[in-house]
Amino acid sequence: MRNFLLTLLLTVYSVSVMAELSIQITQGVDNPIPIAVVPFSWQGDGVLSEDIAQIVVNDLEQVGEFRALSPGNMLSMPSEENEVFYRDWRVLAQDYLLVGKIDRAPGSQLVQVQYEFFDINRELKLAGEILTGSVSQLRDIGHEISNVVYEAVTGTRGAFTTQILYIVADYSPTGEVLYRLEKADYDGQRAQVLLESVEPIMSPSWSPDGEDVAYVSFETDLPRIYIQNIVSGQRRQITNYPNINSSPVFSPDGTKLAMVLSKDGSPDIYVQDLVSNELIRVTEHPAIDTEPSWSTDGRSIVFMSDRTGQPQIYQLELGAPSYQVERLTYDCFQCLKAKFLPDGVNLVHVRRETRQDPNYQIAIMNIDTLRVITLTDTALDESPSIAPNGSMIMYATKFGGRGVLDAVSIDGRVKFRLPSSRGDVREPAWSPFFN
Amino acid sequence: MVTQGNKLIKLSFVVISMLALAACSSSSETDDADGSAMTSTGGSGSGNSAQPSGAGNNQALTQEEIRAQNALRQNVFYFDFDVAEFKPEDRQTLTYHARDLAGNSGKRVRLEGHADERGTREYNLALGERRANSILNYLIVNGASRSQIEVVSYGEERPDATGQTEQAFSRNRRVEVVVR
Repeated sequence: MRNFLLTLLLTVYSVSVMAELSIQITQGVDNPIPIAVVPFSWQGDGVLSEDIAQIVVNDLEQVGEFRALSPGNMLSMPSEENEVFYRDWRVLAQDYLLVGKIDRAPGSQLVQVQYEFFDINRELKLAGEILTGSVSQLRDIGHEISNVVYEAVTGTRGAFTTQILYIVADYSPTGEVLYRLEKADYDGQRAQVLLESVEPIMSPSWSPDGEDVAYVSFETDLPRIYIQNIVSGQRRQITNYPNINSSPVFSPDGTKLAMVLSKDGSPDIYVQDLVSNELIRVTEHPAIDTEPSWSTDGRSIVFMSDRTGQPQIYQLELGAPSYQVERLTYDCFQCLKAKFLPDGVNLVHVRRETRQDPNYQIAIMNIDTLRVITLTDTALDESPSIAPNGSMIMYATKFGGRGVLDAVSIDGRVKFRLPSSRGDVREPAWSPFFN
Repeated sequence: MVTQGNKLIKLSFVVISMLALAACSSSSETDDADGSAMTSTGGSGSGNSAQPSGAGNNQALTQEEIRAQNALRQNVFYFDFDVAEFKPEDRQTLTYHARDLAGNSGKRVRLEGHADERGTREYNLALGERRANSILNYLIVNGASRSQIEVVSYGEERPDATGQTEQAFSRNRRVEVVVR
């Protein structure tokens, strides 16, 4: 038995109006894996606020690789192993089966969720455990079960218990704009406001331990970098240099913050040590250098520069003289906002192919083979952010004239959208794993 | 505890917001007024025949003073796509702005640079600054003092027009001169 406690859930926020995001699957794979998820039985009184089986189904279907059997077509409704007859599922051509039951934990307000996961063809139980938590944690328990199922089938760690940060710009009928930094589950559920302002908020970025967010806020009338603790809401201003202070990104070990400052004339990349506050200048060029990101080993910075006239991607090892900068992209009119996938070889970026083609799309370039795969086909795609398991990329685009968040698998086969009920939603930042 | 801390933060934000909102709404109203005034100014800059004859009778304002006043009323300057230099037709107007600052050392202005939404946000933030700097440099060369001018870029975060049309894009590529 495992006690299910997600520290992040202990957050208490005074939540006002939020953008409600909910997932729509826009594109799936041709031959999804058939899986039966039997509605979990509930032994307690009343009706539970969450349907765990449905949460698991939604998780698995939106990553596109699974297709869940409708409960109406099930021949039996087992809730534990001794009620499972493999033949019932084989005749329905199912490869996998998930069953479970929910009970009150004896002598407490908590509930315990027992689940078991089976391989139908091999007639084998692959996983099973009992998770205990409060009723308000049922969604987390559902996502945790999705992680187990996903990893058991694909071999890749599931990212269903991760979260996203994003910015919402809400336009009132009188023309005023309210900017919000929000946090939600990866699927857009349970949104919380972390910061609200009438001045713009930009560039949210997670610390590698998932406890802090760095961002740019114009609340003093000027763009300045802040770090805010996500749980306590405590925040501190990190920079107050003249001109642009932007694009904060935590180093992989969390001890440094890469950023863009134009205090010395034009925007250049800097790294600030968060312990000693020492500031190191990384690039030195009269053109625009911006959009830093860290290589996976934390030893070099990838950034965008328009030093040749148009934005291209460059890489520079920290501590190396600036003339040792290496240009990574050549075959695009504009290549921007690059970040390495966890494999350290594939570079996710925003790409405009030619001057004549006005579209900005999300692409991946293998820096060894130089092969480029363009993943999206909409016009104004930007701000790609990678799931911590490297399986999907969430990005901002326009739909119906409004800003929305879309996600695409790194092979381009699966897409889903998180439409918002209000405001322009943009700049998604996918969290790291929390444990 | 946690909740209260957050409310405090939020409260201070509301205060900031009210102040900022007041500042913004007043400036954007003048922008709009100028949007229409501007085109007529641009036209009357060369065709300065109609107004001066009437105003000349006032004997208070010379033709040159009227031209200066009209120029100062234009406080939004638009830019071409992917271009950081202000348009040649704005040169004369900006010269009047520079002379005005040179002659009023106590006057302070803020140059607010903006970009359209194409391209990435952080690049657009930098482009907005580049545009504002092109006007900043011209004002200084023509007599304004650096200490009179503050530059801030909003990138694509504060569009003047919404929508994904070339018309909206061109309205958003701008520098606003805001008197402080």
